[in-house]
Amino acid sequence: MLLSDVLIIDATDRLGWLAGRVLADLGADVIKIETPGSDRSRADWRAFNVNKRILELDLQAPSDRARIEDLLRGADICLLTPSDSSAPLDPHALRSNYPRLVVVAIRPFGGVGPRSAWRASDIELMAAGGAMALAGEPDGIPVRVSEPQSYGWAGAQAAIGALVALSHRDVTGRGDLVDVSAQASVVTALSHAPAFVDLLGLEPTRAGAFMTGRSIKGARYRVFWPCRDGYINFIFYGGVSGRRTNEQLVRWMRECGAELGALAAIDWKVWDPTKADQSEVDAIEAPVAKFFARLSKREFLTEGHRREMLGYPVSTVADIAGDPQLEARGFFQAVAGVAERFCGSFAVIDGVRPPLRHAPGAPLAAVKSTQGEPAMAEPPRRAGSRP
Amino acid sequence: MTAVAQALAGLKVLEFGGYAAGPHIGKVLANFGASTIHMESRERPDGFRIQYPPFKDNRHGYNRSGCFAFFNDSKYSVTVDLKKPAGVALARRMAQWCDLIVENMRAGVMERLGLGFPALAELNPRLVMLSTCNMGQTGPRADQPGFGSQLSALAGVCELTGVPDGPPMLLYGPYIDYIASLLGTSAALAGVIRSRRTGRGALIDLSQYECGLVFMGAALQDFFASGRVPTRCGNDDPLAVPHGAFPCRDQEWVALSCWSDADFAALAKAIGDETLAADARFAGAAARRANIEALEEVISAWTGQRSAEAAAVALQAAGVAAYPVVTMAGLYADPQLRARRQFRVRRHAEMGDHAYCYPGFDLAEAPGDIVGPAPCVGADNDFVFRDLIGLTQAEYDAYRQQGVFD
Repeated sequence: MLLSDVLIIDATDRLGWLAGRVLADLGADVIKIETPGSDRSRADWRAFNVNKRILELDLQAPSDRARIEDLLRGADICLLTPSDSSAPLDPHALRSNYPRLVVVAIRPFGGVGPRSAWRASDIELMAAGGAMALAGEPDGIPVRVSEPQSYGWAGAQAAIGALVALSHRDVTGRGDLVDVSAQASVVTALSHAPAFVDLLGLEPTRAGAFMTGRSIKGARYRVFWPCRDGYINFIFYGGVSGRRTNEQLVRWMRECGAELGALAAIDWKVWDPTKADQSEVDAIEAPVAKFFARLSKREFLTEGHRREMLGYPVSTVADIAGDPQLEARGFFQAVAGVAERFCGSFAVIDGVRPPLRHAPGAPLAAVKSTQGEPAMAEPPRRAGSRP
Repeated sequence: MTAVAQALAGLKVLEFGGYAAGPHIGKVLANFGASTIHMESRERPDGFRIQYPPFKDNRHGYNRSGCFAFFNDSKYSVTVDLKKPAGVALARRMAQWCDLIVENMRAGVMERLGLGFPALAELNPRLVMLSTCNMGQTGPRADQPGFGSQLSALAGVCELTGVPDGPPMLLYGPYIDYIASLLGTSAALAGVIRSRRTGRGALIDLSQYECGLVFMGAALQDFFASGRVPTRCGNDDPLAVPHGAFPCRDQEWVALSCWSDADFAALAKAIGDETLAADARFAGAAARRANIEALEEVISAWTGQRSAEAAAVALQAAGVAAYPVVTMAGLYADPQLRARRQFRVRRHAEMGDHAYCYPGFDLAEAPGDIVGPAPCVGADNDFVFRDLIGLTQAEYDAYRQQGVFD
């Protein structure tokens, strides 16, 4: 395990859960602090707090304060989502009291700036970070992903910050305070969209089921194509791999006797998606739409792989759960004593996917007590996107 | 390089590949002081240099791509032709110099080049190598190529984006690549930390698909526990109501949410209609959900009379979670992002002054920076090969004569 000698105290709420999960997956010993009686039944709690050990503490109680202080003296990293200055674990106080400790404070808008105290849940963070401006129909309402994403962006960046500071501490002996802004973290999700404004004064906007920003003539390319049992994601790309895909698609269509229309005359070796205008794009997309409408998602996935084509079906979670690729790589993992499966560690290290060590809710004091009856008798409650 | 970042000073990173998923890792590390070398060849430069707008002044050119620049600031660029045996020999020498290799070639390509991890680890036992590709290095579809924008569909993100009776929606660009690059950055750092502590290197196999599923973890967990298959639901939330984006003046939008009756009472007060909170149609979340169209009409009537900024300020003052739906231009003007210096202008040799994006976190005592602009292709050959790698002038000239830098 890469971080097997790293001890982490995780006192986060939903905004920061993923950070500790990522570090636990890399081998750190993560102790998650929970207030007595906290709700640990939600699917999101279980997904992002598996692989941690749980310690119930009331941080307002003197005896429990002593316990957390004792733990912090031996810890390398402390993960926090301080809601205000009255939070029981204050980032600045921790830095003063524990010079070697890396303190990671994850907040909706970070710890500095005129809006650092503003409230936000996932939808406001996806709005504030620019992601909603780019999702939805062009003339319709901006949308977020129905499954909260901003907490993931914040947690992923917080984990990096923790390890940058830990790496620095290995050299200097001093910890640091890592300030994470979920809003700023979401900006990473925008890819290079902000560069259009900066370089060309152009404003990328919502493109619906289309992709914009690839043609200098402003053409938009279809991304989602109805198929027999859902949708397929396919885009006419350029470059070497785009050319191969386009050639393979036309060959496939020809083998099936499909109508080729404008596709028949295209020389993919010279076709350049950055230079195509909308009428040209519409003409090549029309026969493809008819062809895809006859296919199932699994047919497209299997045949697309065989032909080394770019493109994927639009999966549901049920499709994902049954994907042979994930099965072969052992991505979904069981934990002793729990009936349900979990997303396993996100990386394979030295040929092995690090196993999940702790069931959701495994107590700190009884690490080996997870054997026995499944802990989940009832399905968890639906999560919502509460921070 | 124009600025100083020190937390990762001394960390030596070498990148093979292009586009987003690999290079974004090296960028983040470079923002905190790592020396990151981006390897390309003049014949086959990074695809982001040539395939994707925006190009400065809409003119193509290896050194005019804003897309490439966005993910390659603060790095050095070298050109090495790996189709030539001497190019591979030089790459192997560089592998002895570096602490971390990040590669996002298709699975198996590095091995075929003679640059697989076992071969390089023999030369450098403390080497950490992160291989990132669509499907991971193993499995029945390991060889499948792909781009992140499409992988987002396979990983379930698109299925859950959009309105219930409409098609799935895309998030901009290779969304999932950045999930993988961020998780990969943590894995790479963890490998480096262990390598420095123990002298033992590591091979990290990162599947971008699997990384994307991490962000879908709750939906998958729900499915495993209950069999529930979620579908896209616009901006609805199972708990909060109202919860959505509301139209403002000048085609702007504001996002807001109420998580309790107290939140709703605060919203009612903020929009100047305290009777709303006492209205039986909106008493409690269940009633508000049952009468959501009427409620959204009331809220939209209020938001429609003001700018998104004014609406958000008023709602936040009342304690209601709210924020304008920030546009790409709005990101540069957003007061909070400006205070954090989210975008930092650096002078590029061919593109002039333009903005680069900083990570979403910073360190108080050892802050990072946009250390320098994105490099022009091969701009750092002399410095990297002579000063960092330590080639003699005769060796350098010999490589040049063999066309390695072409």
